Amino acid sequence: MNDGPGFWRVVGLVAAKDLRIEWRSRVALNQVLPFAAIVMVLFAFAVDRLPRPAASATTETLLQTVAPGLVWLAMLFSLLLLVQRTFAVEADDGALDALRAAAVDAAAVFWGKTAALATQLAALYLLLLGTALVIYGAELRTSGIGLLAATWIAATLGLATVGTLYGGLAAGARGRETLLPLLLLPVVAPVLIGATRAVEAALGTGGTAVADGWPWVGVVGVFAVAFGAGGTLAFGALIDE
Amino acid sequence: MIGEHVADTLATEPSAASDDVASSGTATRATRLLGAAALVGVAWLAAFGLGFSPADRDQRESVRILYVHVPSAWLAYLAFVVTAVASGLYLFRRSHALGWDRVAGASAEVGVLFMGITLVSGMLWGRLTWGVFWEWDARLTTTAFLFVTYVGYLAVRGLGGSHQQRARRSAVLALLAVLEIPLVHWSVRLWRSLHQEATVLRPDGDVKMDGLMLFTLFVGIVAFTLMYAWLVVHRQRTLAAEDAADDAGLDRALAARRAEVG
Amino acid sequence: MEDAGFIIGSYVVTFGAVATYAVWLARRARRVTRDLPDHAKPWT
Repeated sequence: MNDGPGFWRVVGLVAAKDLRIEWRSRVALNQVLPFAAIVMVLFAFAVDRLPRPAASATTETLLQTVAPGLVWLAMLFSLLLLVQRTFAVEADDGALDALRAAAVDAAAVFWGKTAALATQLAALYLLLLGTALVIYGAELRTSGIGLLAATWIAATLGLATVGTLYGGLAAGARGRETLLPLLLLPVVAPVLIGATRAVEAALGTGGTAVADGWPWVGVVGVFAVAFGAGGTLAFGALIDE
Repeated sequence: MIGEHVADTLATEPSAASDDVASSGTATRATRLLGAAALVGVAWLAAFGLGFSPADRDQRESVRILYVHVPSAWLAYLAFVVTAVASGLYLFRRSHALGWDRVAGASAEVGVLFMGITLVSGMLWGRLTWGVFWEWDARLTTTAFLFVTYVGYLAVRGLGGSHQQRARRSAVLALLAVLEIPLVHWSVRLWRSLHQEATVLRPDGDVKMDGLMLFTLFVGIVAFTLMYAWLVVHRQRTLAAEDAADDAGLDRALAARRAEVG
Repeated sequence: MEDAGFIIGSYVVTFGAVATYAVWLARRARRVTRDLPDHAKPWT
């Protein structure tokens, strides 16, 4: 374990390698991003016409109310595609075998892949949130920017750790395309709940206060830490033969 | 089967199963005794649950569903704990014994069965008591997540690869479930507590237990524990036999290949 | 008994499911152990 290059150097190399592959292939840009955008348009078709409860005194439209959750749902669907992509790249060329043969620390590989995935997810979230501002009519408020940023970091990290972990589990197995959603979606439920509530508070959806959002960032943060630790410990056992 | 009297169904069906394995298969004298005891337990449970125990003051007759619902839920939870412990024993012991892996897989399969039973019987009970099949209560939601998680676990066991590969993969997944389930439960509880003030009758909160009801529940737990044990022992042995057959098939294929080449 | 359909139904579903699984398991056990030598059956 200690014979290879240093931990952080491996993290940086793996992350840079993954991001470079993504940048050169443009799959995330040309396929995942349009996919997420069309999902958000379809959400609007699905919920726009539902009647609002008469008792609610707010003037916001239904789409404005549900916008924070819809953005995170679109993120989860995109996560599935991105995770499959990041491990398909490894499996195709036997790259994981090469990494194993190079005797690098599996935990470092895990964090490298997590960092690359988190970077892509973070960029995607900014784009999707911008889309929600435009097509759902969601509105930012300056008092919620800090909360929004904290949620953004915690949730993308949480999704990236758990995505890398379960992606590694299903990597190289037949039928992984259908298996990954079954494994991953139940696990990321806390992120969907926590990040949605936090962003609702940051945007003031339904009259929520900014202060109401911070406990939810805590939920997402605990999730990210728990699965970060889990991945550090377990990733070696998963990709090791 | 549906048309017959329930007690008959209970008495005949599993005994047919135990007779089946008498000639060959995975039965031994001990498991036949265990199976017979489980049948007696089931007959007792049906007699007490449907006959002798009184109706509840608040829930009336629907309380009878709880005598199968609560034990199956407890045994499902126990099954998943066994899966986690066996997975840990596989993963952290130097020998990496496949026996522990098969115990984990057998227990998870029986746990999924019991959890499915729990969900169905719970929905029937909820319809009678709450008026709806489903409530977004933290415990119900977590139970549904447990069910889906272990369905996924069983799917991972079926992925293929070598036995050790299967064992390592599924052991890691079973231990990750131990991480996942408390997080899901915690977040769902927070979610509900902030969004729903209406009080829900808790699944166990309002049950006034008299002596005979408590005894019936106890009979249910004994009966389900015996069924669990019988099923896990047989499933575990069947898995061992399947693995052995796999290895034998591989050996034969290798021998044939060597004969071809040499 | 009131609601007899629901109550008896829950018992039928419960024990029917366990019985179905038990029968499936016993059949499978018989099939996979048929050609297996005794040394591969440590429980015998």
